[in-house]
Amino acid sequence: MTPLFQIEGLTKAYPGVVANDDVSFSIGKGEVHALLGENGAGKSTLVKMIYGLVRPDSGTMRFEDASYTPASPHEARQAGIAMVFQHFSLFDALDVAENVALGMEDPPPKKTLAARIREVSEAYGLPLNPARLVGDLSAGERQRVEIVRCLLQDPKLLIMDEPTSVLTPQEVKILFETLRKLQSEGTSILYISHKLEEIRSLCDHATILRLGKVVGEAKPRDVSARDLAAMMVGAELKVPQAQPHESGAVALALKHLSVASASAFGTPLRDVSLELRKGEVLGIGGVAGNGQDELLAVLSGEQRTTPAAVELDGTPIGALGPVERRAMGLLAAPEERLGHAAAPDMSLYENAALSGWLRKGMVRGKLIDWKKARGFASEIINVFDVRTPGTGTAARALSGGNLQKFVIGREILQDPDVLVVNQPTWGVDAAAASAIRQALLDLTAKGAAVLVISQDLDELMEISTRFAALNEGRLSAPQPTRDLTIEAIGLMMGGAHGMETAHG
Amino acid sequence: MVRLEKRAAPSRVWAYLTPVVAVLLTMVAGGLMFAALGADPLVSIRTIFWDPLFGEFAFYYRGQLLVKAGPLILIAIGLALGFKAGIWNIGAEGQYIMGAIFGAAVALAFYPLAARWLIFPLMVIAGAFGGFLWAMIPGILRTRFNTNEILVSLLLVYVAEQILAWMALGPLRNPDGAGFPGSRNLRQYESSANSELIAGWGLHWGVVAALIAVIFAYVLLSKHLMGFHIRLTGESPRAARFAGVNPNRLILFCLGMSGALAGLAGLFEVAGPSGQISIDFNVGYGFTAIIVAFLGRLHPIGILLAGLLMALTYIGGEAAQASLGLPAAAIQAFQGMLLFFLLALDVLTNFRLRIGREARV
Repeated sequence: MTPLFQIEGLTKAYPGVVANDDVSFSIGKGEVHALLGENGAGKSTLVKMIYGLVRPDSGTMRFEDASYTPASPHEARQAGIAMVFQHFSLFDALDVAENVALGMEDPPPKKTLAARIREVSEAYGLPLNPARLVGDLSAGERQRVEIVRCLLQDPKLLIMDEPTSVLTPQEVKILFETLRKLQSEGTSILYISHKLEEIRSLCDHATILRLGKVVGEAKPRDVSARDLAAMMVGAELKVPQAQPHESGAVALALKHLSVASASAFGTPLRDVSLELRKGEVLGIGGVAGNGQDELLAVLSGEQRTTPAAVELDGTPIGALGPVERRAMGLLAAPEERLGHAAAPDMSLYENAALSGWLRKGMVRGKLIDWKKARGFASEIINVFDVRTPGTGTAARALSGGNLQKFVIGREILQDPDVLVVNQPTWGVDAAAASAIRQALLDLTAKGAAVLVISQDLDELMEISTRFAALNEGRLSAPQPTRDLTIEAIGLMMGGAHGMETAHG
Repeated sequence: MVRLEKRAAPSRVWAYLTPVVAVLLTMVAGGLMFAALGADPLVSIRTIFWDPLFGEFAFYYRGQLLVKAGPLILIAIGLALGFKAGIWNIGAEGQYIMGAIFGAAVALAFYPLAARWLIFPLMVIAGAFGGFLWAMIPGILRTRFNTNEILVSLLLVYVAEQILAWMALGPLRNPDGAGFPGSRNLRQYESSANSELIAGWGLHWGVVAALIAVIFAYVLLSKHLMGFHIRLTGESPRAARFAGVNPNRLILFCLGMSGALAGLAGLFEVAGPSGQISIDFNVGYGFTAIIVAFLGRLHPIGILLAGLLMALTYIGGEAAQASLGLPAAAIQAFQGMLLFFLLALDVLTNFRLRIGREARV
């Protein structure tokens, strides 16, 4: 049987980097094919070529036994290829039907369309009310809108880019049932992810990419997650090891904290209480946009509260700013690297001084000793293996992963008593991510307390002593991580966010 | 098709080159404008840029150079601090007027007491205070009610001009002046005169203050924590808040500092080159200083050079008016072109020109 879709020797180079180098694989009819690789392995470039967003330098694609050279997404859709992006392209102020109509080539009248949306969404177990405003939907429901929009076009090949990164475990389960139903009807699916267990449970076949090249193919059900990871990373991964030690006294406490969000689209924190103990990692999970940024701002001191709502070692610090908190040993690293944790156009040594001047003794009589700042910057660069020509390089010239290592390293190397990090390994390759997690664990072995806010559940399961979840600005009661099941975590994260399933 | 592509890092070469290229382009475009007005373009450019320094009457003009450059540099240094942090004080002209009024009022209150050791320092303090106070109005409105400091500071210039006219006609008018508007001449009052320190050089206390301000600003921006926070706020306000910068304190510091320096410039002018509070005391230094600040790349040393260059166009422009009959407006347009070309060329520091089409990404 000839495959539905076939690519042969696809190559795409950008100045200084070959994003895809001689990539070949094929997808059969009704097959769920995984594209597996780390951040920066070239998955995005590859699917952009398939979807007509990027033109390959060389190589051929065949679709349904004919040459396929899409010049635009429009042509890709007409050929029968649809794509659900990781980041949604929806308008909050429009309702579901209007959003769907915007993505169609020639939308039918609204009434017909609404009926079609109901019909398709129920057939695939993704109930949607066409009249609801998208702004009121949860992340999982928004993804349904994107999927239904694709299904209305009867695609023969559906591309899904990291679809589960915004979903709770319950929502993932619903999604997978939908994908299996599509598969049983003969639709092929190209599924992009770096989550091994998902791929093992869903996909028939996997192509593994590393540094732009195909480094292996596998039947995911027949190989262990460990082997898949080794293929993806190219080496045995060192799993971070925690030295066994007891959690100590309460280092940081939040007491019935309620704060309105500073931004119009933010989530207010609602009656958040927590206790963070010395020597533990408290992991805070949750789907993005449920109050993570607000929680970090309250802890870093960018957002002031009533003094007693935040306590450090029993001292009320809610009204203190970031500098005073750093002096007391409470450090933080925000999620947004460029423009929040670091100033894009400033050099690395200036960015090292940004949060490090006080604890690293760079300032004497209000004058900054830039030599010390350079020294601290090179220390971070050496310890955390930041790839950069030197300390004078502007922050924005670094790749995302390298800058992430720099801003996390900057806080860790200041020997915090309490460290709060948001998405510490976001966009970092697996080896570096493991090094960062190890560094966080090492801090706790020295008696520091670490609060990790993350959307990567695997990461939180790996390093946290206790786990809690943020859901619409509320924090669940923390539970010891080793007693938790994936179902329990999903419920803490808000379950299916009120989405009912139609899967019988 | 010509496209602009953002550079990974701003080009250092272009950053230093743009002011020079801007000056050259201004000469070309200005020359064309002068030709359109019926003057010989080469002679006009020479009259403006060459004759004041090396021509027949250079001995007179050279002294004028520092007299004009002093207030420009003093004001521009203060403005640059705010501009670096993204705080836009456009009303230095008003702060300059208020500094002059406050300083002159102190001098006139003591007239005719002979106590220069007391009166002159008091005038300096009062001048700085007057400008500071006037700049605090947009500052406090911004921090309390989030008003736009560009509009408020600019509109306060016109209020200050009205106060100036009232002072010249009313409270500060010379009682022995036979009813003419304008105050007593402070240069002729020994306790308040800000006269030349070296005859013929044009070097008065205001020029000294400008040089001190250049050094002070240089140290502040390159070494001091406050200067670092100013630059950080301009680069990335959110990163500055994360670093622990209090935005309101920074706004008040930058506006207050630029106001005080503009006030000082006004005081030194009214006690020296101008000599008296009069209806037409202000001649636009506060606005021209905006050009000086940008032409000098908001860098203290750059501002020093840009201030001297701008002073040259003032003096040369006057000479061109007198000898070639060019209208005053043409000289102002000429100065405006300089800022226009500079800002246009600035794009090249951060972007690269690409000609031709590129494959879609």
